[in-house]
Amino acid sequence: MVELGRLSRRYAVVGIGEALIGRREDLTGIQLAVEAADNAVSDAGLSYGAIDGILSHGPYGDPEFLYTIKLAEALGIQPAFAFDLHIGGATPCAAAAVAAGAIEAGLCETVLYVGGEAMWSQYKERRPTHGKFRWGYEDFEEPFGLVEAAPAYALFARRHMHEFGTTHEQLGAIAVTTRRHATMNDNAQMSKPITMDDYLGSRWIAEPFRLLDCSLISDFGGAFIITSLERARDLANRPAIILGAAQQHTHRFVTSADLTQCGAAKAGPRAFEMAGLAPKDIDVAELYDSFTYTALVQLEDYGFCGKGEGGPYVESVGTSLGGKLPVNTHGGLLSQAHADGLLHLTEAVKQLRGTCGERQVEGAEVALVSGSGGIFATHSSLILGLE
Amino acid sequence: MEKPASLPIPDPDSRPFWQACQEGRLVAQACAGCGKLRLPPLPACPECHSRDFQWEELSGLGSVWSFTVVHHAFRPNLEGKVPYTVGLIDLDKGPRIVGKIVAGDRDARIGARVRVRFEEVEGTRLPYFALEPDTTTLS
Repeated sequence: MVELGRLSRRYAVVGIGEALIGRREDLTGIQLAVEAADNAVSDAGLSYGAIDGILSHGPYGDPEFLYTIKLAEALGIQPAFAFDLHIGGATPCAAAAVAAGAIEAGLCETVLYVGGEAMWSQYKERRPTHGKFRWGYEDFEEPFGLVEAAPAYALFARRHMHEFGTTHEQLGAIAVTTRRHATMNDNAQMSKPITMDDYLGSRWIAEPFRLLDCSLISDFGGAFIITSLERARDLANRPAIILGAAQQHTHRFVTSADLTQCGAAKAGPRAFEMAGLAPKDIDVAELYDSFTYTALVQLEDYGFCGKGEGGPYVESVGTSLGGKLPVNTHGGLLSQAHADGLLHLTEAVKQLRGTCGERQVEGAEVALVSGSGGIFATHSSLILGLE
Repeated sequence: MEKPASLPIPDPDSRPFWQACQEGRLVAQACAGCGKLRLPPLPACPECHSRDFQWEELSGLGSVWSFTVVHHAFRPNLEGKVPYTVGLIDLDKGPRIVGKIVAGDRDARIGARVRVRFEEVEGTRLPYFALEPDTTTLS
């Protein structure tokens, strides 16, 4: 019997850190991770001596055995609890619940999740430096022309357009709004606003996706620290409390995927039930946006609108700051940086602390964060809130 | 020069599929318990959990479930070969597979009928698809 409420309102994010976003030539992923970890530990007002658990999602571009343990060594931690976690972009949100669960089980007291990767500077053609990484797409997708994420996600978007009449302009509305949010974020790769004409004029990548439907390739680092709410109350920041968390993984291959619904349709209701909340209670949503369509379909699957209504919703209600439900206030993967979803989580914490400046959602008390990995294969939900 | 990204590396699970392709036959694993057809090869049936299966020859006819026209050359070996069309093909008795549509691709649409067409790429025959002349839509 699943006991949904057990971890709710007992654990909190007490520190967050980001590496400086931008082209970080001559830095490795682990250097970016350490930069973010330093910022998170400092933000929490802790020293590394207080960290006894560590989790990471090793680099995609250059996978490495015992990567998390190497990170721990670099940070001077001999952890009582550590794992390399790998469910793609669903990892950071899922890791927050894993950390809470480990603390609940008495395995450790304070857990650092940290990730970093020099995707922009060093990730040329996803070629590992010391050997070959098996993605799983090499034999039954790539020989048939399905190479990289954009064409695969395009199959989903096309089907959604076919079934529900979703339009290019509706996908574009997400791109334009998300970019405007990024212009209010100093730590973002993209700083120039775009118009719908810019969107519609950008080159095709894989129809129906244009360049501006696609997330960025980024050098990034991000980190967060989880501890018990009791300990959190003694620390520097207002705790961002874990209210709800869930995972839902639906398929491995695009050939067995439901193209118009993702794992959020099942993870969402469980996360809401754990939190004792409903979609109407969410003040700000940081939704994994590997492509415009990724965000659009989650608006449906989390219940902010009905199935198939994501297109009309982004046109009439929108995802903008100042609107009914601001989405990806930091600029998301589309316009801030592709940071594996890590910076969706740090942004949610900043929104709850009220430290987002001109992009602050007034009175934000409950934030939804999501992550997705593979080609909609994995999904994680995290609902954070204030006491 | 590394091996082109476009060719599979057969292993004991997938070798019967690729061997059949070299003979111009499209096959799938057929569950011995419930008959469900599956690709890519898996060691067990996701429907009935049977571990037993045989390889079954398919007609190679199917319908386009979704498709994309790829304009960006994501790999060096795709430069000069874009745009091209790739779809999800619902084979008539199953399963659904990824399929490059190499003939009639400009008329590709959801529901269009397609038939497998084997083409040789650097010594390996790959199963691609061609639009059927009578593109009755079954969307």
